Amino acid sequence: MTLRDIAIRYGFIALLVGLIVFFTLATDGFASPQAAVFIFQSVAITGVLALGVTATLVVGGFDLSIGSVATTAMMASAYVLVVLEQNALVAVLACLAIGVIVGLINGVLIVYMRVPDLLATLGMMFLLVGLQRIPTEGRSIATGMTMPDGSVANGTFSPAFLALGRHRFDFFIPSLIPVSVVVLLVLAVLIWFFLEYTRFGRMMYAVGSNPKAAELAGAPVKAYKIWAYVISGVFASIGGILLAARLGRGDIASGNNLLLDAVAAALIGFAVLGAAKPNAFGTTIGALFVGVLLQGLTMMNAPYYTQDFVKGVVLVVALVFTFALSHRGRS
Amino acid sequence: MSVDAVFRIAGLRKSFGPIQVLGGVSLDLHAGEVAVLMGANGAGKSTLVRVVSGVYARDGGTITLEGKDFAPETPADAMRSGVVTVHQNINDGVVMALDVATNLTLDRLNGTGAKFLFNPRRVRRQAREVADRMGLEISLDAEISELSLADRQMVAIARAMAHEPKVLILDEPTSSLSSAEANRLFSVIDRLRQEGVAILYISHRMSDIRRLADRIICLRDGGISGTFDIKPLDYEGAVNAMLGQKVDLGQVAVKDADRTVFAATNLRIAPGAAPFSMELGDGEIVAVTGLVGVGKTALAETLFGHRQPLGGAMTLRGKRYAPRSTGEAIAEGVFLVAKDRADSGIVQDFNIYENMSLPFLSRISRLGVSRRIAERNMARDRIADLGIVCRTERDEMSTLSGGNQQKVMVARWMTQPANLFILDEPFQGVDIAARRDIAAKLRASAAGRATIIFVTELDEALETADRILVMSEHSIVGEHRNADVDIDQLLAEIAGRSHRGAA
Repeated sequence: MTLRDIAIRYGFIALLVGLIVFFTLATDGFASPQAAVFIFQSVAITGVLALGVTATLVVGGFDLSIGSVATTAMMASAYVLVVLEQNALVAVLACLAIGVIVGLINGVLIVYMRVPDLLATLGMMFLLVGLQRIPTEGRSIATGMTMPDGSVANGTFSPAFLALGRHRFDFFIPSLIPVSVVVLLVLAVLIWFFLEYTRFGRMMYAVGSNPKAAELAGAPVKAYKIWAYVISGVFASIGGILLAARLGRGDIASGNNLLLDAVAAALIGFAVLGAAKPNAFGTTIGALFVGVLLQGLTMMNAPYYTQDFVKGVVLVVALVFTFALSHRGRS
Repeated sequence: MSVDAVFRIAGLRKSFGPIQVLGGVSLDLHAGEVAVLMGANGAGKSTLVRVVSGVYARDGGTITLEGKDFAPETPADAMRSGVVTVHQNINDGVVMALDVATNLTLDRLNGTGAKFLFNPRRVRRQAREVADRMGLEISLDAEISELSLADRQMVAIARAMAHEPKVLILDEPTSSLSSAEANRLFSVIDRLRQEGVAILYISHRMSDIRRLADRIICLRDGGISGTFDIKPLDYEGAVNAMLGQKVDLGQVAVKDADRTVFAATNLRIAPGAAPFSMELGDGEIVAVTGLVGVGKTALAETLFGHRQPLGGAMTLRGKRYAPRSTGEAIAEGVFLVAKDRADSGIVQDFNIYENMSLPFLSRISRLGVSRRIAERNMARDRIADLGIVCRTERDEMSTLSGGNQQKVMVARWMTQPANLFILDEPFQGVDIAARRDIAAKLRASAAGRATIIFVTELDEALETADRILVMSEHSIVGEHRNADVDIDQLLAEIAGRSHRGAA
């Protein structure tokens, strides 16, 4: 293995470790369990979305609708809880159903109607951004709000639902790890195992790399592609549930950054371990990388408005790693 | 030919890296004559066209146009000198988003002297002149995307003719045209021939060749293998020169099949094609041969469920066999090694063992979880079995030579027992040693299944098969036991006794 290979393989991980060491030395309290949990929590929702979009990247597609699926799920759960006065389970199921349906529609548009993936999901993004505003005429949803017909919505966010955003599990220290971080870690392990160790995951990579070869090897290529969008939709709706539970209301203005952050994490993931392809481990590391960087910079009093710039720089560097340096990017 | 050649190529050589594609090609083109260039895939036709049309620079040899040295640096340069090429892909010759008038005058928008402003009236006037000269009966306002393929082809040729070429090169112009459309093209070519243009017409469609050729030049393995200019032209001789026979026959110990494994009755695979029947027996290797474009791949894909037959029935081991997908075919033990491995076989992101296990992951996996150790053991066995040259089963596919890549593709389908094993052009882009290895392996393992290979090169059929079927016009037109084959009869069948659209 040449120096160049080592740099490609471990460069990004080394950079992450370097950052952590740097921030530990440069700030007070960066290396505490609480700070670590905070970083995980800050990237939990984007991380979940990024894992979903990774599935579509694996089959050679792309899903731009994840951000709006998440916000639609958030609004839907608030609507179910507050306006329809249903319990937490109904709200969660409604959100998951939205994820499945949007994923199916995306998949059908792309596979059967032959709309290019970027355009189909861009259209879906627009549609959902508009759709989530219609039931409340563009207002946010909170207990006691007045509905368009003049009635007052009296439902509440049930404690069970809010627990999804606010409960913390004990882990050596009492009340340390929030539910969202557990969800992120569980989903990351699940999708990682699915993509790396099941035949379905392997076939999805084959579909992404050479669809014709996959089809001639007997794979139902269209079904695999549609499934990838369903996975992406469901993951995005889970992200939306976590967002609603954290906020405790259906906030029409939140979640604007979800799409870009999630896509950035998935693309940064290409560079991790020199994979040069979408992979669940890399996506998770990519999300954490952004989280560490932002947390560290915040603790060093970098102004908030530099955040997007920093994320952009990280993404561009990661893409150079992937495409310019690795051998695979060239072929 | 008493007239001096307008265009003369002598000793033309071209290599890509270590691979020599053209090894000293010499040919002459005369004014008012259609010379047909025939050659199998990989013979060097496309490279020859690209050198002449200024896409590639030549490594050696001379080209003269009207006695002067001709060395175009770019395609535009070649065109200005009077050597115009219409490429095989029709849509490369036209711009889809523009109308006919703009397409006809497109080349005047570039180069020195082109005006900065786009004047629609001037463009239409110039386009009208071009169209009238060619007798083009297409509305100048029509968008290219609304036109049929034949009309687009006419526009591309008219556009080429606007340069008043001395030499016109047509690269397989009829490959996507119907016979009526092809006839229109032929009358345009007749007209150009009368106007004194020297035409090089590249094709392996016998019906085109019979209709047009004044002279036939055969290209084989980068060299001229035959020139035929005495009327009546010797078409069978030309096919023989194109396909060639380098290997002495009788190498194959021909076996006769025991039981029928696969049978097709009245199978129809293309509109208007004659239905045909065939039987494939246990332990025999049947080669289907024929020119490019006669439906060999269509038949292979029909057997494999990738394409549905238009009529007829198939049986496999006595039971009805009608696969609706490739997955169903594989479940029945029908396997296909597809042609163009880079395009339809190799998964570039996967290493050797992942490529081999691809179709059978469901058989190897347990509860959906893949078992990499089992996959690797299986791959190691096949690597040893077929003599694949690699370091380990985890090597990337891109590190292998073409022959070894093909062996991996064949090995992929030999990891599980087959009922019907189909190989479409298994020797394409494969060196002679790997070709022998693969053929020997196929023969050694043939018992217990029926094997059918689709090959254009006659040699490959003769040195591999027990029985040879000849395909022409999407149907099977001949059958030969591969012992004392009547080569003349075989070539006549390949060349096609009946032919399409001869006016």
